[in-house]
Amino acid sequence: MSTLTALAQLEAIASGRAQPVATVRHCHLSETPLVMIPLKLAGEAAAPLATMLGTDRNAPTLLVVPQPRNRDLRFGYAAELAKAVVEHVEAERGATETLEPSKDGEERFRYERAPQIIVPNRGSVGFLRLLGRSTRFRSTEGPWAVDPAVPMLGRWLTWFADRNDRPGSSVLLTLTETLRLHWATGQSSLEDGNLAALMGWIDPPEGMDGPSAAARAEDPVVSPPAGPATDPTFDNEVLAPAIAAFDESGGEPRAEERIRAAVASQLIPTWDLAWRALDLLRALPEGASVPKRWERDRDSFTYFHREFAESPPQAKLDDAVRAARRLHDLERSQESYEAQRAFDDPLVMAEQRLAGQAFGGMVTESEPTRLDESGKRPKLRPYVRIRTEDPVRLDEGATVVNAARPGLKGRVVEIDGQDVLLELTGGMGRKQTPEPGVVPEPGQRVVFTSRTADSWGASKFPEREDTPWTHGGPPAEYEPADEDATEVWS
Amino acid sequence: MSRDDDHTATDLSHLRGGETARNHDARTIAALTANPGCARRGVMDAAAVDKDAVARHLGFGAPFGQSQFAITRGNAFEAQVKADGCAELLALLRDGLGLDIPEVAYDDLESVGTESREVRHTRTRHLMARALESGEGTMFDHPLLRLDIAGQRAYLEPDVIAFQLGGRFHVVEVKSFAVVDGQAEPEQVAAAARQSAVYVLALRELVADLGHDPERVSHEVFLVCPENFSNRPTATPVDVRPQLAVVRRQLARLTRAEDIARDMPDGLTFALDDALPEAVRSVEARYAPECMSSCEMALFCRDEARACGATGTLGRSVRDELGGVDSVVTALDLARGVREPSEDMAETAEQLRVAARLRHEALAAAPAPAVPARDAAAPLVGVPAHGAGVLERTA
Repeated sequence: MSTLTALAQLEAIASGRAQPVATVRHCHLSETPLVMIPLKLAGEAAAPLATMLGTDRNAPTLLVVPQPRNRDLRFGYAAELAKAVVEHVEAERGATETLEPSKDGEERFRYERAPQIIVPNRGSVGFLRLLGRSTRFRSTEGPWAVDPAVPMLGRWLTWFADRNDRPGSSVLLTLTETLRLHWATGQSSLEDGNLAALMGWIDPPEGMDGPSAAARAEDPVVSPPAGPATDPTFDNEVLAPAIAAFDESGGEPRAEERIRAAVASQLIPTWDLAWRALDLLRALPEGASVPKRWERDRDSFTYFHREFAESPPQAKLDDAVRAARRLHDLERSQESYEAQRAFDDPLVMAEQRLAGQAFGGMVTESEPTRLDESGKRPKLRPYVRIRTEDPVRLDEGATVVNAARPGLKGRVVEIDGQDVLLELTGGMGRKQTPEPGVVPEPGQRVVFTSRTADSWGASKFPEREDTPWTHGGPPAEYEPADEDATEVWS
Repeated sequence: MSRDDDHTATDLSHLRGGETARNHDARTIAALTANPGCARRGVMDAAAVDKDAVARHLGFGAPFGQSQFAITRGNAFEAQVKADGCAELLALLRDGLGLDIPEVAYDDLESVGTESREVRHTRTRHLMARALESGEGTMFDHPLLRLDIAGQRAYLEPDVIAFQLGGRFHVVEVKSFAVVDGQAEPEQVAAAARQSAVYVLALRELVADLGHDPERVSHEVFLVCPENFSNRPTATPVDVRPQLAVVRRQLARLTRAEDIARDMPDGLTFALDDALPEAVRSVEARYAPECMSSCEMALFCRDEARACGATGTLGRSVRDELGGVDSVVTALDLARGVREPSEDMAETAEQLRVAARLRHEALAAAPAPAVPARDAAAPLVGVPAHGAGVLERTA
């Protein structure tokens, strides 16, 4: 939350429509994303009730567990879902690029594409994570054998949910969070968690404004919840009798059809809304560093996919080395994601300017060929004076880079009222005179920021086998255990 | 808080205007700790007004329904844990937590027949007194406890077990949310801890009343939940000291409700009649989005706050960001520079003006694209053009 977003929210209230908080799209959108809307049975940790999914908005697939407490039906559902997810994963791989070998000579590959799953909200991610946890350890042989696709589903869902934790990753996107990254509404984050209410502010139906569309979206009869929890009244009045009838009939197709119809009525509005939300996001031009972040997703996908056959299911809890590495990666991703977004989008950069970490203004003076001759060899050190109205909170000597051209580096020499004098230190070429057009000229508008992307490098962590005794020593290898295969899922 | 039976805090029951008093339970008492600055909630709670009925009468009934699937699952789990004199629970505490529990007696204090709550409370007192004297290992299921809420005597009928170990009582609360690989949803754990704290407080009142050290009721409670995806219970000790402090402080504060009530127009009550909207509006509310999860009045207050353009409807963080400017119009005027800020708002106003300029500059340089037109082939919400196809099995 920042004053800028708060202001955008106030403007949303005043205008009755959501207001932009981004000028470009900060996430990757695949051409054929797999949209998934999962529903679960109330009161259970991860008992699937239904999922509507597909890559074609006009042809969704509906998977339903007509009696969510029945183990066989549940694993049947998991197997069908697995086929859909694995099919999507395989279809979205594309060609394999061969990259330059790594420093230690290892071959490196990257798939041209990667799968993408779109879900309505945070709750859906939590549900998919739990579904992954409850299926990935299942055994495909022995007395409790399940369809081989089931543990595969578990491992893939776990990978997707894990990537979702990573700032800037786009393989599993929640619509509410992605929309909120680009628009501010006149309601609180609590109400924005309701996809229909959020969409009501951004894209109200004909003849309605944001508040009235959002109010309508809060009526579960007109606008069923986007899941994974269902509307309690629907549960009590429609679903429970339908499930009871299914049980009584001994699993008759007609009874099952009734449940499917009931569940479909709850899912279709969200399905349509999800695709409409994707239209809105797609209309935004893609941010400049989005492809670079998607490349990280593709790397992770390539690695996971290529190692899939050889690897055990992901651990229930991370071991010490893995946890430390993961935390480090998350922090780095967060840092570079925030920095990249600001470079891509002047509206995000405005946050840094408001905070005094960046400033923008007009160049008033420029000495492009100034040399610093205090050392042994003269160095190219142009001076640029910038007039700004921004509340600059930088110290003299602070390092800054040009927002439009991050390679151009400089140092704050002095700040005198509204005037900032910069000494440029790098990114102008190797000669004693700068490359043409690099040093800003008087009359030009520029923005410089003290926050840079990729400001810290990767740390080294010991290998798993070398976990120090302070951290419990090397963890035990994974052994499939009977208790994992037989774990009750009720 | 007084433990005196004849304690007479100012009685606000006249504010109910003859309507039935609403019974508090641990959930509602725990909810008192949310949004303590709200005068409206404070007065209505202190007077034991049935807020749900009031909200419904005002046309803003709270959607606090529960799915029967969730209820069934919760009841089944509790019944399982408590079956055969809490056999499963005992095994769990002994083996799972390694507690050295000797032979125990199990007493269910669940209501038998039509006896009054006073009678049941007396029985709880009686059994507790005996257990405290003898120090013998004992489990009490469904004890009926009592707590004074701003002079109102509230009976608590917790679905918990008070269980004595080594001369100290512990509260055991059975919840049906799952603990997966040692982790549960933080909000659910927090809510359970708040509720347990209320029970600990009530038990301590009782123990002190019986002439024993209230510290004989431990601040460590046991949360019993289903493990992973099964129905198998697992027990987790939870330290509820922070929640205890909060609940105690809020209950002490509630008594000040009488001051607020004094400022209400004469003769005004929360009776369910035509004067109700006026009565409710005469006591100031402090709406925040968090109210939605804990107060039955939330929808009414949100509507009221929105109607008068309060920034609080956007959430606390926005309000803080606006430096406490609580009107949308004022904040926008300050941002546009058309209103001269008062001295204490000068800093906020400056921040808002800079923000407005930066926003304008960024949007002018890179205008947001137009919203794409709706595709005729893609139906809008609720029009199941492809409904028939969906119903066919596809796999």
